[in-house]
Amino acid sequence: MLSFTPTDEQQMLMDAITKLAAADVRAHAHDADEEDAFPPEILQKGWELGILPASIPEAYGGFGEYSALTNVLAAETLAWGDLAWAMAVMLPATVANPVYLSGTEEQKQRILPQIAAAETLPYFSTALLEAGISFDTHALRTIAKREGDHYTISGEKCYVPFAPEAQMLLVYAQDSETGKVDGYLIERGAEGLMVTQREKLMGIRALPTYRVQLNNVRLSAESRLGGEAGTRYERILSHSRTALAALAVGVARAAYEYARDYAKTRVQFGVPIAQKQSIAFMLAEMAIEVDAARMMTWEAAWQLDNDPSGDHTAESYMAKEYAAKAALFVTDCAVQTLGGHGYIREHPVERWLRNARGFTAFEGLASI
Amino acid sequence: MAISFKIPERLLQEREMLKGIAEGIMRPESRYLDEHEHERPHAFIKAMWYVLREEQAKALQRLTNGGEKPKREGAGIANLRLVLLAEQLSWGDVGQYLCMPAPLLAGSAIEAVGTPEQKLRFLKRFAEGEPKWGAMAMTEPGAGSDTSAIQTTATFDPETNEWILNGEKIFCTNGKLALEESDGIVVVWATVDRSAGRAGMKPFVVEAGTPGVKIGKVEIKHGIRASDTAAIVLDNARVPADHLLGSAEVVRREGTAGFKGAMATFDASRPMVAASAIGVGRAALEFLKEKLAENGIQIPYGAPYHSLSAVQRDVIEMEMQLKAAWLLTLRAASMLDHGLHNSLEASMAKVKAGKVVTQVTQKAVELLGTLGYSREWLVEKWMRDGKINDIYEGTGQINLLIVARRILNYTSRELQ
Repeated sequence: MLSFTPTDEQQMLMDAITKLAAADVRAHAHDADEEDAFPPEILQKGWELGILPASIPEAYGGFGEYSALTNVLAAETLAWGDLAWAMAVMLPATVANPVYLSGTEEQKQRILPQIAAAETLPYFSTALLEAGISFDTHALRTIAKREGDHYTISGEKCYVPFAPEAQMLLVYAQDSETGKVDGYLIERGAEGLMVTQREKLMGIRALPTYRVQLNNVRLSAESRLGGEAGTRYERILSHSRTALAALAVGVARAAYEYARDYAKTRVQFGVPIAQKQSIAFMLAEMAIEVDAARMMTWEAAWQLDNDPSGDHTAESYMAKEYAAKAALFVTDCAVQTLGGHGYIREHPVERWLRNARGFTAFEGLASI
Repeated sequence: MAISFKIPERLLQEREMLKGIAEGIMRPESRYLDEHEHERPHAFIKAMWYVLREEQAKALQRLTNGGEKPKREGAGIANLRLVLLAEQLSWGDVGQYLCMPAPLLAGSAIEAVGTPEQKLRFLKRFAEGEPKWGAMAMTEPGAGSDTSAIQTTATFDPETNEWILNGEKIFCTNGKLALEESDGIVVVWATVDRSAGRAGMKPFVVEAGTPGVKIGKVEIKHGIRASDTAAIVLDNARVPADHLLGSAEVVRREGTAGFKGAMATFDASRPMVAASAIGVGRAALEFLKEKLAENGIQIPYGAPYHSLSAVQRDVIEMEMQLKAAWLLTLRAASMLDHGLHNSLEASMAKVKAGKVVTQVTQKAVELLGTLGYSREWLVEKWMRDGKINDIYEGTGQINLLIVARRILNYTSRELQ
């Protein structure tokens, strides 16, 4: 039966995230963007919400049940607080979810309990993206070569969050023989793995991301996600796209709400500017696009939950494309609504516009 | 409650049945009816009448059995069912879909503000005999979006216990089918007090054959040519006192309950218009994809942006937009089924779908080149048909205004 109401538990989770986001996260977001980092205690508070352990089953050390829908609801709300914060808090999920969705039993038993039991935000990070004007998830330049009972991986990755701190990296590489993309679990300190530089991005500045070089990094065959069967890459990408869509909706909603409230208090020509159709119509379009993007995201997540073995490339791709466009449109309109004030960094809308622009470049940077 | 996009199995089966009607009965007649405006889709009317008459009879039976609506556990599916029907039949042919023999908007008004006795009395005809139509007459030459400006008057004659209606209505969908070509009804909105604004607006049921009621001009249109859009002239038309719809509260002079009742019908009709728009858009998109595939152009998902052609990007954009509009429509309909207030969501869906069908069908004509523009194919017709959805039941702009007022919590005075 069709329904658009979250469960009570989901609503409670969203309320808890909103409370933290509205108070602590929003209060630090401006400075975090200027200073290129969130205070560790703010990241820690996000981790203590327990979102990821709650989506890991008990058999693997968690205390919940996996649900893509619950996770997109959480992701939207986290990003409503701040995108960089949301991505940092959700970062362990970019390893945990692929392991859960595609790992061997041994990999699940080894990795998931570590993450689920972590009291402080554990640094498990992901390396998928590569520098270039056109990134293709199916034509990676990072190559994995099978040599007997091990692999060697070479290439360069970009946008790797918290790479220096990461105790484990999930690196995606293309098989030199078959061309198939798999994930490889690489422990901290592996020989040939080198973090080269902190990147300087237009937005999400409070999320530290790095370039990472892999020079003939030698790995055991068991390091490949999914082992001999290989990695269910399409499925991982579908989950990642849907997660990014949810984050984009969160950014869009934040900007829409801010602009709406501003327009009701900003008086020009003797009335709040929201009473002018040119502003009111823009806000109405923004509201529609936020909701439309959210519906696309929910539907993709619902498909992932309801038909876990199906191919959800199209739904997740469209959800992400739609939400990315909507986020850019809505944040741009928010800056426009505030006019000159929107362009000043005292207001968050210009930051949200910078953050929203990234979604077309992002792949694999989040997971649900 | 949990978020779910699951459509009940029996509604999916019903949609398959409607698809059969769309493909087997509507599509073959589409071009002919477009080129012979004001001729009727007889085959479609006949096919639908048997089904709809049966349903109306069952609904009235439930009403007679003392119940308003049957008590059921949880949410209903009535509105979901209607949007699925509107979408699928409009995929067939939106002009013919509009000729569905049913109470339609007259029914919505009667359901919204009529007493149980009035429902039985006025809707009974739709459960028996030959096909009949219901229609609603609101718009006037000087009152389009500004419905409170209507000039048609209703004056009570205590001697005969009748209302006397005078004025001119235009753009009445199915007006001619209801009043001249069947034993149908039209709900006419008239003012009992021009100085009272909305409070003076009341709905009157006018039956076919009422003296003083005449069908005026039947419009020649850009699209939906199978559907009649008629002017109705009311020249001292007399209707009995109990043709004024509603309880004592609606009927009394002061108060805007009657007008609010009219507005409430939009909560159900706007998702249907949105669904209809999406049906037309889907028809165009599917046809386009089929023709592109015949020409070796496939639509890849998940491919990097740089590898896509402009045409592939356009098609993905069309598909995304249609899907977004459809999900907003499902939400608006489902909220009504759950007993939730949905005026905001209904207008959102209507704005989005009206815009999307316009863009999608225009793009489909463009991408099919000289053949897209040709009347040999139906795409150019779908473009003309689709546009109506951005206009009737409140233009895109009026619905955007409604969305704006609701999200800003402004009255119609504060945001004009």
